[in-house]
Amino acid sequence: MTVAATKEYVGVARDRVGNFNGKQLVYASWDHHLLFAAPFLLYAAPQMSFRELVEGPLTALVQPDPDGAAIDWTQVEWLKSNQPWTPDFERSLADNGIGHKDQIRFRTPNLTTLAVAA
Amino acid sequence: MSTVFIALQANEETRPIIEAIEIDNPHAVVNRQPAMVKIDAPNRLVIRKETIEEQIGRAFDLQELHINLITLGGNVDEDDETLTLSWAE
Amino acid sequence: MDMKATKKKLGLKEKYRVMTRDLGWEPGYHTKEEIFPYATYEGIKVHDWDKWEDPFRLTMDAYWKYQAEKERKFYAIIDAHAQNNGHLNITDGRYLSALKVFLQAISPGEYAAHKGFSRVGREFPGVGTQVACQMQAIDEIRHAQTQIHALSNYNKYYNGFHAFADARDRMWYNTVARSFFDDAMSAGPFEFMIAIGFSFEYVLTNLLFVPFMSGAAYNGDMATVTFGFSAQSDEARHMTLGLECIKFMLEQDPDNLPIVQGWLDKWFWRGFRVLGLVSTMMDYMLPKRVMSWREAWEIYGVENGGALFKDLARYGIRPPKGWDDAEKATDHMSHQIMLGLYQWSFGTSLHSWIPSDEDMAWLSAKYPTTFDKYYRPRWEHIRKLAAEGKQFKNFGLAKLCQTCQLPIVFTEPDDPTMACHRETTYKGEKYHFCSDGCQHVFENEPEKYIQAWLPMPALFAELEGDIGKWMDWVSLRDGQDNGDYVGSVDQRNFEQWRGLATSNS
Ligand SMILES: [Fe+2]
Ligand SMILES: [Fe+2]
Ligand SMILES: [Zn+2]
Repeated sequence: MTVAATKEYVGVARDRVGNFNGKQLVYASWDHHLLFAAPFLLYAAPQMSFRELVEGPLTALVQPDPDGAAIDWTQVEWLKSNQPWTPDFERSLADNGIGHKDQIRFRTPNLTTLAVAA
Repeated sequence: MSTVFIALQANEETRPIIEAIEIDNPHAVVNRQPAMVKIDAPNRLVIRKETIEEQIGRAFDLQELHINLITLGGNVDEDDETLTLSWAE
Repeated sequence: MDMKATKKKLGLKEKYRVMTRDLGWEPGYHTKEEIFPYATYEGIKVHDWDKWEDPFRLTMDAYWKYQAEKERKFYAIIDAHAQNNGHLNITDGRYLSALKVFLQAISPGEYAAHKGFSRVGREFPGVGTQVACQMQAIDEIRHAQTQIHALSNYNKYYNGFHAFADARDRMWYNTVARSFFDDAMSAGPFEFMIAIGFSFEYVLTNLLFVPFMSGAAYNGDMATVTFGFSAQSDEARHMTLGLECIKFMLEQDPDNLPIVQGWLDKWFWRGFRVLGLVSTMMDYMLPKRVMSWREAWEIYGVENGGALFKDLARYGIRPPKGWDDAEKATDHMSHQIMLGLYQWSFGTSLHSWIPSDEDMAWLSAKYPTTFDKYYRPRWEHIRKLAAEGKQFKNFGLAKLCQTCQLPIVFTEPDDPTMACHRETTYKGEKYHFCSDGCQHVFENEPEKYIQAWLPMPALFAELEGDIGKWMDWVSLRDGQDNGDYVGSVDQRNFEQWRGLATSNS
């Protein structure tokens, strides 16, 4: 369906990557860890390595969760755009195919401290 | 069956109006809440000018209801003598 | 003119005809299409505009008389409130956050509704419709003014009220309400009527005003009770206009049904998301609570909304598409949003707090299947962090929904432990949503929503993530307007002044 209009209606996407000062947005979230109310919004250069993203902002952000310090990043299961996916830690976000506004998720099935009250 | 309702501010002006609504709608349920009174009835509620006038002892224009009205539910029909709320059965 | 002819007192129906219908005329030197160029492009077919009638049959002379009466009553109480330090009669300073939500998110919506009704009153060809829209346009600007005026008494003493217009335009938790109105105002006149007149006024307004005003009465806030009831006395008329409008469209032509149903689906869901803020106010921000959000939803959503859709079934209307998801969300949304407000409270022009033991006992009684299971563990952990001197602040900010613009705090309808992830790609760009409802709205009109200004991405695009600059830009005074209520300037002042008012020391 299109927008009902009196003449041809064309929108301009506002959050295009070109508007982000050479950087991009990446969304990251930890499945079943809803102490964090929403997926994180990260602002990163596409040249940043995946390791830097994980060991930098992501590790810092998850610390308030009681499971935060126990994450073994070599063991977590990853998803990108809701599909199983394997990142290369040494390569850049761009080389890992993480585009602007992509959502990555990670799972730690053995860490469930705050998941559901017994 | 569906419920129609009308809610009025709880004050001196509405006290006799609510009494009149109770007289005309014995099937209605009056709920008193903080600062407001909500009157529920199955399918239909009729508010009559004449009964209100008997309760307050003066002429009353049904549109005066607007001053103290909070909310209502149901299809509205108003003329000089009555205001009716109803849902299609 | 023969004045004698008008001497006889007209009956209500007759007077309504004379003072609405008879104000219209047949244009002589322009076509109707030239005068009303926006009446047909949405696809709604109207054969007889005279079939539109205001069931209250209110005419302009009576309108002015009753509105003047309402204003006199309003200002008598507002003056008394100001003269008697009414701000110290509220139950607790926490209550102020409910007022800040109202002033930042809702009052500017009144003003937007005023602009919208002024416009559609001009765009509709029917005279009855024009008169009703004109009255509503005047009502809505009155609501904006009386609310701002009443709450200005609180602005003299407390933080977070001073820049409500900036907060409304720029602050992340308010753009849900702003985008709702912007979306309606950029639609055609018929869609606007469904959005505001029907969905907002008829289906949702009870859930907004009635709990707010009873809440104010319960919490000793006479100023808000007064503006609320003064505004609400107009809402019954607005709701009736909205219902009349939808019946009119459905009766005029069978081809209107699918268009109207599509708008209903859209605007129900958009309105339900705005109510997320209201649910949080009801369950968390009122020191003395009237009823839970769940209980209010039972009365005004399930019972009254249910009755309405049953009534409209005779036209072929079914309940809105998101109805079942709304029901499932009702036991979760207030907790999910309050957890967000608390962890991002460094960026809110209102205070939030960790619920007390007593609050949590109330929440588990009102939400027996969800609070203790899902939300209590998070609050207790947050309380433990605070006790260790590590107030929980989530500097990760949030992914926002492209449609409703709320942070995506919501979970899968059937799995409250799993965040709801919805995304789509349109013309090479990724877009994210909080729910199927918001994704459907987007996919029906992607060209519209790709233009959305989303507050959190904008922080990076426009300010490169500089929080200090952002605070200046949204007129947020760090350490005064934001953060935990405990230890805030508002708390200190309220308690000190209340002490002075109730003792001699
Ligand atoms: Fe209003
Ligand atoms: Fe309204
Ligand atoms: Zn959404």
